[in-house]
Amino acid sequence: MSKLTKEEILKLAFLARLKLSDDEVEKYQKELSSILEYVKHLDNVDVSGLEPTYQVSGLVNVSRKDQIIDYGVSNEELLKNVPVREGMYIKVRRMI
Amino acid sequence: MVHWKTIKQEANDVANGTTSALANVNKSLKLIQDNEEFGAIISVIKDRSIERAKFIDAQIAKGQKVGRLAGVPFIAKDNFLTFGSETTAASNMLKGFNAPYQSTAIEKLEAEGAICVAKANLDAFAHGGSTENSDFFVTKNPHDKTRVAGGSSGGSAAAVTLGLAPFALGSDTGGSIREPASFCGVVGLKPTYGLVSRSGVVAMASSTDVIGPITTNVADAALVLDIMSGKDLLDSTTIDNDPKGYELNGAKSNISGMRIGVIKEYMDDGLDPEVKKVITESIEIFKKAGAVIVDVSLPSLPTALAVYYIVVPAEVSSNLSRYDGQRFGHNDINAKTLEESYVNSRSQGFGSEAKRRIMIGTHVLSSGYYDAYYKKAQTVRTKLINEFNNSFKSVDALIGPVTPEVAFKIGANSDDPLKMYLIDIMTVAANLVGVPAISIPAGLAGDMPVGLQIMAPQQKDRDLLILASEFEGLIK
Repeated sequence: MSKLTKEEILKLAFLARLKLSDDEVEKYQKELSSILEYVKHLDNVDVSGLEPTYQVSGLVNVSRKDQIIDYGVSNEELLKNVPVREGMYIKVRRMI
Repeated sequence: MVHWKTIKQEANDVANGTTSALANVNKSLKLIQDNEEFGAIISVIKDRSIERAKFIDAQIAKGQKVGRLAGVPFIAKDNFLTFGSETTAASNMLKGFNAPYQSTAIEKLEAEGAICVAKANLDAFAHGGSTENSDFFVTKNPHDKTRVAGGSSGGSAAAVTLGLAPFALGSDTGGSIREPASFCGVVGLKPTYGLVSRSGVVAMASSTDVIGPITTNVADAALVLDIMSGKDLLDSTTIDNDPKGYELNGAKSNISGMRIGVIKEYMDDGLDPEVKKVITESIEIFKKAGAVIVDVSLPSLPTALAVYYIVVPAEVSSNLSRYDGQRFGHNDINAKTLEESYVNSRSQGFGSEAKRRIMIGTHVLSSGYYDAYYKKAQTVRTKLINEFNNSFKSVDALIGPVTPEVAFKIGANSDDPLKMYLIDIMTVAANLVGVPAISIPAGLAGDMPVGLQIMAPQQKDRDLLILASEFEGLIK
């Protein structure tokens, strides 16, 4: 497999909201390429007639009653790790 | 380094006044302080532990009934949400994070009187097999300080080996309980997928993450599992526990006539000869006890690691998308716009391994690649599951090594992520298939411990523990 291009790495970084230094771009170009080369093992595996497995214990559509359960955690407690707050609101930077 | 009796004996000693919860907590805190050089512990839960110990001692003084783990200290991997200290997942991203609620597993142990005294080091966000990826410091192997303790639950395994507390909790996404347990010479149990609630544990890969105990003996692991297991409203992937429970209480299986499969693919060329010798001797022990030993081939096993390193980064990239710097976690105070705040907070808060996995995951899930990577991997996973299910029609348990070699030197694999990933080659299958697996000390290669891995069918955790406990008895 050919090496991932600089542009491909930068596109992935953009999608994942990561900013990479030039060194990091070069490092990940090399490392991601070798990891993707390794997982190419799977190309030759015959999986005809098989479905993918996303969940191994066979549970499907687990639901619960739509009711409030009080776990004794206050709003104030839940908001205590918010970096920037205004009252009970989470304050974020301007969008545009 | 034996500082503690079995968990049950420790709890009995507290209940009958031979010792006190407070004495246990103080002993544990002192041991933690005396062993700082090993880098097993990130933070200590001092005030809350002492307060809880005094409360339990007062209950006992008043003749009130106390729980099964009353006054027994333990250590949790720092990806479990706990009160009384920060929960960091050994990452700069979560440095300073104070949990607003506790993990279900911690709550269940506390309800039985156990006391969480400290938080153990790990590879940041549990990404790694050596604890070298911790954003803070490396955990050293108690048997040889120049070697790794394993990972990602390396701090937990080192803590139990050093005797800092009678038991510790870990999480296992691809071997993160069993591999450090093997490297440190302690017992590490990865239960059936879904058996223990993951509510309040920092998510890594949701289709393979499980929680389990690291202990000095199998009976202790069984007792801790008995308390932690079962359905939880806060984790919809949880399943019912065994109606018989998991506590051993001297339960025996009949090894004589039992069929035990030796995994052929794990005994092949890649295995270190000294490790192979220990595993071969373990097989002889089962044989002498009357077990029928059969060679089992699982032809898709060599693909398991490739499946794992597609599925897990995919799920990692999804789970780590929540770290946007706005509601909790590292936030870049200098960012001008919301977009810049997302990007800077993530770029500054994540270490290089988290970034690497996010990038791989983003790639394999991106449009145009999804079918070729992610869907293909999940389909090969089905093939692997079918092979395991078929093998369990003819054997009661599967055995093999935990890792191809003993604990390696610190720094030996740091320059090559792929080489580091290969350490997981014998542990990832159990996670992809969802079966329970345990690492039990089986001997030494040179001066370093070697673990034997035993796997059983899904939900046969009780049988697995009984068999492991018998092996433990036979090898002593």
